[in-house]
Amino acid sequence: MTDQTPIVEMRDISVAFGGVHAVREVSIDLYPGEVVGLVGGNGAGKSTLMRVLSGAHRADSGQIVIGGEARIINNPRDAKAAGIETIYQTLALADNLDAPANLFLGRELVTRLGNLDGDRMEDATRKVMGRLNPNFQRFTMPVKSLSGGQRQAVAIARAVYFNARILIMDEPTAALGPAETAQVRNLVRQLKNEGIGIFLISHDIHDVYDLADRVSVMYHGRIVDTVRKDAVTTDDILGMIILGKKPGEVTEKEIEALELRG
Amino acid sequence: MTDAAGTASDQMAGGRRSIGDLFKDTEIDLRLFGMVGALILIWIGLGFANPTILEPVNFLTFSVQAASTAVLATGMVLVIVSRNIDLSVGSVVGLIGMGYAVFMADIVPTTIGLSNPVGWLIALGLGLAFGALIGAFQGFLIAYAEIPSFVVTLGGLLGFRGLIWQFSGGTTVAPNLPTFNLLGGGPEGSLGGTLSWAFGIVICVAAVYLIFNSRRQRKKFGFALRPLWAESLVGIVSVVAVLGAVYVANSYRWPAGLATQYAAKNGIVEPPGGLQIEAGIPFPLVVVIGVTIFMTFLTTRRRFGRDIFAYGGNPDAAALAGINTRRTIMKTFILMGLLCAISAAIASARLNGGTLDLGQGYELYVIAAAVIGGTSFAGGIGTIPGAILGALVVQSLQYGLGFLGFNSPQVNMVAAIVLVAVVGIDSWNRRRAS
Repeated sequence: MTDQTPIVEMRDISVAFGGVHAVREVSIDLYPGEVVGLVGGNGAGKSTLMRVLSGAHRADSGQIVIGGEARIINNPRDAKAAGIETIYQTLALADNLDAPANLFLGRELVTRLGNLDGDRMEDATRKVMGRLNPNFQRFTMPVKSLSGGQRQAVAIARAVYFNARILIMDEPTAALGPAETAQVRNLVRQLKNEGIGIFLISHDIHDVYDLADRVSVMYHGRIVDTVRKDAVTTDDILGMIILGKKPGEVTEKEIEALELRG
Repeated sequence: MTDAAGTASDQMAGGRRSIGDLFKDTEIDLRLFGMVGALILIWIGLGFANPTILEPVNFLTFSVQAASTAVLATGMVLVIVSRNIDLSVGSVVGLIGMGYAVFMADIVPTTIGLSNPVGWLIALGLGLAFGALIGAFQGFLIAYAEIPSFVVTLGGLLGFRGLIWQFSGGTTVAPNLPTFNLLGGGPEGSLGGTLSWAFGIVICVAAVYLIFNSRRQRKKFGFALRPLWAESLVGIVSVVAVLGAVYVANSYRWPAGLATQYAAKNGIVEPPGGLQIEAGIPFPLVVVIGVTIFMTFLTTRRRFGRDIFAYGGNPDAAALAGINTRRTIMKTFILMGLLCAISAAIASARLNGGTLDLGQGYELYVIAAAVIGGTSFAGGIGTIPGAILGALVVQSLQYGLGFLGFNSPQVNMVAAIVLVAVVGIDSWNRRRAS
């Protein structure tokens, strides 16, 4: 894998909100067909870092290289043009619109005269949703009336339909039941096999450990370390999340303190 | 027109399926159906109180009076859907109306001349440009300078009304060009018998074509189809309603005096009993129908409309989907400005000039019309046909109660009760449904 070009390289990215440094000179990369788990406590900067990649937020400094080519990503449109799709934790659905309208939001299919082609969009939505959630039938209902899992499926369908090369998933299973979580995990594996690079943000260390090839741990806006999953245990990762230090740097005393607290 | 659809499904409900299911098959919006019912009830009530109100001439006068606010209501829907409000529409209508009058009374005689056949068109074009400019100005302050629309348009409400006084020197300005005044309706400002039938038939053909086309498309993609009986029922009811409206409009004849003048001017020998000229559909009503079709098309078939609704439903989602939300908001206000220019043309044409209080209080009727028509202040919900029906309800009360001899403060009290009751029942309904 090392002789391949990374599909994404973020170099020395910094973001500050007022005086608070949310992300400090972070570098991270991602290869095709790879899942990189991004973990860290609340406010560690993982969501902000990913918002920079998805165009929702501008970095103060740093460089983004997509497929070996430096790209400037100023807004979500730029990111989508670079093949980056994002599934936000909030799902970012317009609740008053139906599934096809949400799937094609900002990228509607139109006729030659520029009119919305509702039937073609519904048809395409039926096809892609058939893959993700075969029982789904409520194509003309506002997504407000759908269940959590169905809404998640719509948000995922939006990312999958446009042939993303790079997928950012921010807490994709946080609001889901066990069956739906399993479904999402299967989907992640399937997309990975199709050669898509995936950044997976999650609080759930088991989610990440199960799916990721590598894990990057963030702590107070910095990357503590990026490790191959098979080289570490979940406890090692937990230690990095909580203490912000690599496994070798942790002293006996700190471990004792942790164990006392736990 | 949807009312007849309901009674028909009642008759067909003898089978295994419930009335509700059959109604669902027609895919008629229950809300709009209820509003048409309410409108019919209002007119039945007015008819009981004073049967002369049901004469064709009153329907025509009423439709012309409702035209100005109906045009504005279609734009207000989009403004409210995008989580904004426009309190300035009344003053903007007044300002543009005064602009028309000043242009035609003071500028035209010394420049292009009163007999210029396209004078009215130039006036209208300038008015539309002026409206777009005002809309762009307010829209810019709201979308880019991020000043709340309530504040910006409250400023507009006060400021533009003041500007009218400055502009006119504090007096009424008149007259308009006679050709311009045709936009205000009246016997001469109508399509006439033959053209009205032609207009009605074109609309019927278009409606039937749309039904067929949508059915063909859905068949092509293998989607579930509306049952054939429901499809035909909607088609037949639409055609009957349109042709019925044309019939009513045509059954009003020119007043005898006007007909005699017309006969003398054109060298026609008047038959005994006077010349019978069918008035037909008034021009302002043609304008309202055109605006309704255009605005419905814009909201349901164009990206612009989709963007507004997406923004209203979830502003963050719209931005993350790559929609240029600021530009979208600014465009809705430009559109509102254009509609103000159209509304101002109808209103000032009826008055044959610009008055200081033209458009005063419109904002409240227009907002009430949009809200009665189902537009939600939470954003993202509203329809153009709903707003038109809302405007008709508000104006029916105003016109009808005025006709029955109530004074305008009393009419306002009734309108207030209806507004709060309708919105109250509606939110109760929505809560129950969810």
